[in-house]
Amino acid sequence: MSENAALICPANSGRMPKKLYAVGAEFTGPKQLYAAAEKVRDKGFQWWDCYTPYYIHGLDKAMGLRKSFVGLFTLGGGLGALIGIFLLITITSVYVYPMDTQGKPYFSLPGFVPILDLVTILISALMSIVGMTTLNFLPRLHHPLWEWDLFNRATHDKFFIVIEANDPRFTTEKAIIDLLTEIGGANVTLIGEEEDEI
Amino acid sequence: MSYLTPTTVPADPLNRHESAEIARARAELVREPYVANERSAAWVGDHIASVVENPAPLWWWIAVGVSAFVASFTALGILYLIITGVGVWGENKAANWAWDITNFVFWIGIGHAGTMIAAILYLTRQKWSSGINRAAEAMTIFAVSCAGIYPGVHVGRAWMAWYLAPIPNGNAIWPNFRSPLLWDVFAVSTYLSVSIMFWYVGLIPDAAAMRDRIKNKILKYFYAVICLGWRGSARQWANYEFCYLMLAGIATLLVISTCTVVSSDFSTSVIPGWHGTIFIPYFGVGAIYGGFCMLVILLVPIRQLYKLQDIVTLRHIDMCCRFTLLMGLFVTYIYGMEFFIAYYSGNPNECGHFYNRVYGPYWHTWQLMMLFNCVIPQLFWSKRIRRNPWAAFTVVLFPSIGMWLERFIIIVSSVTRDFLPSSWGMFYPTYVDVFTFIGTLGVFFLAYLIFIRFLPVIAIAEVRSVLPEADPHDPPIVEDTRPGAAHE
Repeated sequence: MSENAALICPANSGRMPKKLYAVGAEFTGPKQLYAAAEKVRDKGFQWWDCYTPYYIHGLDKAMGLRKSFVGLFTLGGGLGALIGIFLLITITSVYVYPMDTQGKPYFSLPGFVPILDLVTILISALMSIVGMTTLNFLPRLHHPLWEWDLFNRATHDKFFIVIEANDPRFTTEKAIIDLLTEIGGANVTLIGEEEDEI
Repeated sequence: MSYLTPTTVPADPLNRHESAEIARARAELVREPYVANERSAAWVGDHIASVVENPAPLWWWIAVGVSAFVASFTALGILYLIITGVGVWGENKAANWAWDITNFVFWIGIGHAGTMIAAILYLTRQKWSSGINRAAEAMTIFAVSCAGIYPGVHVGRAWMAWYLAPIPNGNAIWPNFRSPLLWDVFAVSTYLSVSIMFWYVGLIPDAAAMRDRIKNKILKYFYAVICLGWRGSARQWANYEFCYLMLAGIATLLVISTCTVVSSDFSTSVIPGWHGTIFIPYFGVGAIYGGFCMLVILLVPIRQLYKLQDIVTLRHIDMCCRFTLLMGLFVTYIYGMEFFIAYYSGNPNECGHFYNRVYGPYWHTWQLMMLFNCVIPQLFWSKRIRRNPWAAFTVVLFPSIGMWLERFIIIVSSVTRDFLPSSWGMFYPTYVDVFTFIGTLGVFFLAYLIFIRFLPVIAIAEVRSVLPEADPHDPPIVEDTRPGAAHE
């Protein structure tokens, strides 16, 4: 922890991390966070995020987020799986290994339906999860925010807004600290990024 | 205008002379809270996590010991079966399906209620289900795993079961995709896989919560790995909720597909008593019936032993009992309808089969089934029984056994009386049959005990999100619509 101590600098301590990742602030509840998120959205920030222990309905609207793209992964996975398994069944039962069972046609679509259905379901479920983890940049082994000891409670009872340094509207640390304090944030903190060791 | 939170009974300051009757009526209009006693989000997390964080209680070790001992029956039974052959079971030429397929359908049915609660009630916005969906989904996974044992070993040469998979093999053989038994393989494996995915996705935020709070180094590492580095950012939550919605929709389709396919194992044949389109709703309803019973059997002791009564409230038990009653009425209707269809078909084999159900050699099983599945659950019309957890626990034991008997009747009473009277006979289970089945109960409860020990048994994040404090627009503004209220 000692070599990382410089990464986390409370706003009033006068210290600065060597390379700034973001400025974060803590909020007490969903109502306060919701109101603060609307204000940050209205300032036009792009590279920022709210951290909550549970899903807060309507917070994505308060942040101005677009609808999630996970559905496209589901659709793509489902269609791909449907075509793939249809070809697999047709090619194997009609051409590769035709099997005469009670004189039924080799290509009997009604008989194929259950497996077409089940494989489509399986792959579209799998692709939904792949979509969710991909869009969320997960799995992730480390993140600068985890150096912030307060951030442990982001999965328990605290709410955070973090504005990243690479946002085009991120002018100076001072301006962002003032903004976060003004909208009701407590424990405003500068969060540093670990530098690559060469 | 008055501000009412949904959890409080309004002590009306405007009308001091309200009669007791009106006060009671007003109290009834207020919705029962999802979490009792106005618990906070932090309390919910602390309380659910304490199940994992506190040292295992003595009863847990005893229960694990007993379950592991019982589970060994299945292990030994299967080992003996594979070494010796399927002849160690009581199957004979007429009854070549018996206890094994009964147990398979019994366990797969129990699984269905878990998906029903987690997916269908999620899609229909039944927020109370958040308190029990994790427990129900875990039940699904372990029940489907128990179910999967049977078809795997029933094939006889279990080491060749992989021929069922559509993969190139040395003999250039491909499976017959038109066979209901192959559909079954796909249905069960898809059901197991999608149930695990659905359960796992629900677990990600809770695993992150456990990672951030647990002291034990090894467990911290374990949760850190399974939560995939979840941070709980609003952008992540948006994708996550959408993914959960997609999975809920997919799982709903899957419940219907799986019970359709499992029922097709029977209904696509021409055996009297099996050859009916009613089998699809019959199996779906029966499955959900058995599953809700098993869920009550699991939840009542867990909420008591871990003091989770504020999260798994009496309302949850009440709702499960209502579902049990509803499904019980459905199966009763279907039992009756089967007799009517047999009569209406005018088919002598079909009529003979249903005559045989009532007066044939398995009359005792049929009568027990009718008593357990149709008569005893009628006790749930009483609110006092539904709201008394241990009374509910006692009642649901009967349909749980009754559903097993139902599958036994469907399978054995049909195959022992087929078209050729010379092959008629009886089915008698051997001790291997009995021990293998009892052992699967051990497998199920052992897996469940391990689950409640290491993973949060209730979905922490989901319960928190239905608390009144989680609503950024809380408290809701309720218009006072009484006449004259606007002038006061």
